[in-house]
Amino acid sequence: MSGLLPDQGSDAEPPGLPGFHAWRGLYLFVFGWFVLVVVLLAVFARHFS
Amino acid sequence: MNLADWVVFLGTLGSIAAYGSWRTHQIRSLNTYLKGRQSTGWVTIGLSVMATQASAITFLSLPGQGFESGIGFVQNYFGLPLALIIVSSVFLPMYRRFGVYTAYEFLGRRFDWKTRLLGAGLFLLQRGFSAGITIYAPAIILSTMLGWRLDLIIVFIGFLVIVYTVTGGSEAVSLTQKWQMVVIFVGMVAAFIVLLVELPVGLGFDDAAHVAGALGKLQAVDLSIDPSRRYTLWTGLLGGLFLALSYFGTDQSQVQRYLGGDSLRESRLGLMFNALLKIPMQFLILLLGALLFVFYQFERPPVFFNQSEWQHYAQGPEGGVFRALENRYVVAVADNETAIRAWLQTRASHESAEEPIARASMIEANRRAAAIRSEAKAALLAADPRAKTKDSDYVFVTFILAKLPHGLIGLLIAVIFAAALNSLAAELTALSTTTTIDFWRYFRPLAAADEARNVRVARRFTALWGLAAIAFALLAGFAENLIEAVNIVGSIFYGVVLGIFLVAFFFRRVGGGEVFVAALAAQALVITMFLSLNIGYLWYNLIGCAACIAFSLLLQTVLGPPAPADPGRAA
Repeated sequence: MSGLLPDQGSDAEPPGLPGFHAWRGLYLFVFGWFVLVVVLLAVFARHFS
Repeated sequence: MNLADWVVFLGTLGSIAAYGSWRTHQIRSLNTYLKGRQSTGWVTIGLSVMATQASAITFLSLPGQGFESGIGFVQNYFGLPLALIIVSSVFLPMYRRFGVYTAYEFLGRRFDWKTRLLGAGLFLLQRGFSAGITIYAPAIILSTMLGWRLDLIIVFIGFLVIVYTVTGGSEAVSLTQKWQMVVIFVGMVAAFIVLLVELPVGLGFDDAAHVAGALGKLQAVDLSIDPSRRYTLWTGLLGGLFLALSYFGTDQSQVQRYLGGDSLRESRLGLMFNALLKIPMQFLILLLGALLFVFYQFERPPVFFNQSEWQHYAQGPEGGVFRALENRYVVAVADNETAIRAWLQTRASHESAEEPIARASMIEANRRAAAIRSEAKAALLAADPRAKTKDSDYVFVTFILAKLPHGLIGLLIAVIFAAALNSLAAELTALSTTTTIDFWRYFRPLAAADEARNVRVARRFTALWGLAAIAFALLAGFAENLIEAVNIVGSIFYGVVLGIFLVAFFFRRVGGGEVFVAALAAQALVITMFLSLNIGYLWYNLIGCAACIAFSLLLQTVLGPPAPADPGRAA
């Protein structure tokens, strides 16, 4: 079954976006964006409460 | 709707469907028919994933949700970006590496044929029912509001989708979804602008948002750990993660959207596109609902937005009760408006001592008006226990018909229909692909070599599932609680299917025999709990998944190393 592990070679093809050389960097960016959106939503709610 | 609306409505939907059929009518390859062209880029994949999830009911119910309960529902989507990162980094590379058509085909490679058929069968059961609801749910609302015949709307949506999905398969779905999403974005932005313009003179976005916030409609993030609260940061992160993981990772209607494309990169970028945009998009739709709430504080709203239902009972023997409620509501709404204007006045003049008193008066006046709306719903139930008392789905369409200029009304009705077509098309191709690949080709392995025959069979299954969805939607009118029943059926099976996939990806020592028995045991446990306990049905997603994983690990520990998979037939 070890052949069915997530493919290590799948990260070989880079995202091809400026500033992102590896998928891990893009995932971190998406996670950071998510945290920022939640914080902004909380600030928005607080400002207009 | 006048002639201009009809031209925009029919022109928009007809041209997109015709374009999809025309561009894809020459498809002869099974791979292109089921996965789309290899040249499909990440923008098309991303829009297709987004369009599949955003059904018509999203654009009808979500503004209503914002109107009724505020924007807190946005927390339900908090698990989605995290789930998409997991799907992109774990699920997707495996699917593409094996070159599978369906997620369940992967189960056959990883485990054995019976686990594959179990996963595919559970998907067909659940998605087959919900395809009917995808047509029925918006059709009943549009039929009520526009006065059109329900059966004609159902047949129109169903046959329009059948024409281009049978013709072009997955390729036609992606092509049409891209343009339908453009129409949806344009329509929703236009509706937002008109709403801001229609606010009372002197009331800008800032004041409107302050009114919504003061009346509790902008509570976007709730950190409470009270388990009785339905939408909190924690339920969104935990429940939303499991729900999104099972939907995006194991539901063929989504998996099929991102399996096409030139490379793994295009599919991954399509998923990340959704991870970035989904929460802001849902927030804006909910905010539209919260601003509709503010709009109707100044524009006398009906006491009950489903006026067809209301008038049906108001003209009956209890009519006096209904008219009394309407009269009381007029007074309460006028008091409410006065209180809001007084509060805005204190804010504008910076009278800090007066502001809390004015705010309390406004909240109390709003509570009184809301209480009369609750009484109106109780009066409907008293008149007929089977009366439909949920009117929030009718709020946005009421605004569209009353306030939008002609032409734009046609565009917004086209938006709602386009969303229905998007979801249904993805469902039909997924159902057809699963039936063709996981059942027909499995039981007739010799036929797999005949590509043209495979495409013909896939086309027939698409048409058959489309006809089944139309028939189910037509019958749904006779059993209103069927919609909830379908949601419950989905929750009962979704968790176990996710459990099977998580075992496949993360517990490599567990074999097909163990996971198959564990899935059946977990499913039996969920069904027994459903029949004997009274807990919210959404919890069964988590219970089914956890039970399937736990039983698999237990069996693997007891029975020892797995038997090798059956690569011959299962592949």
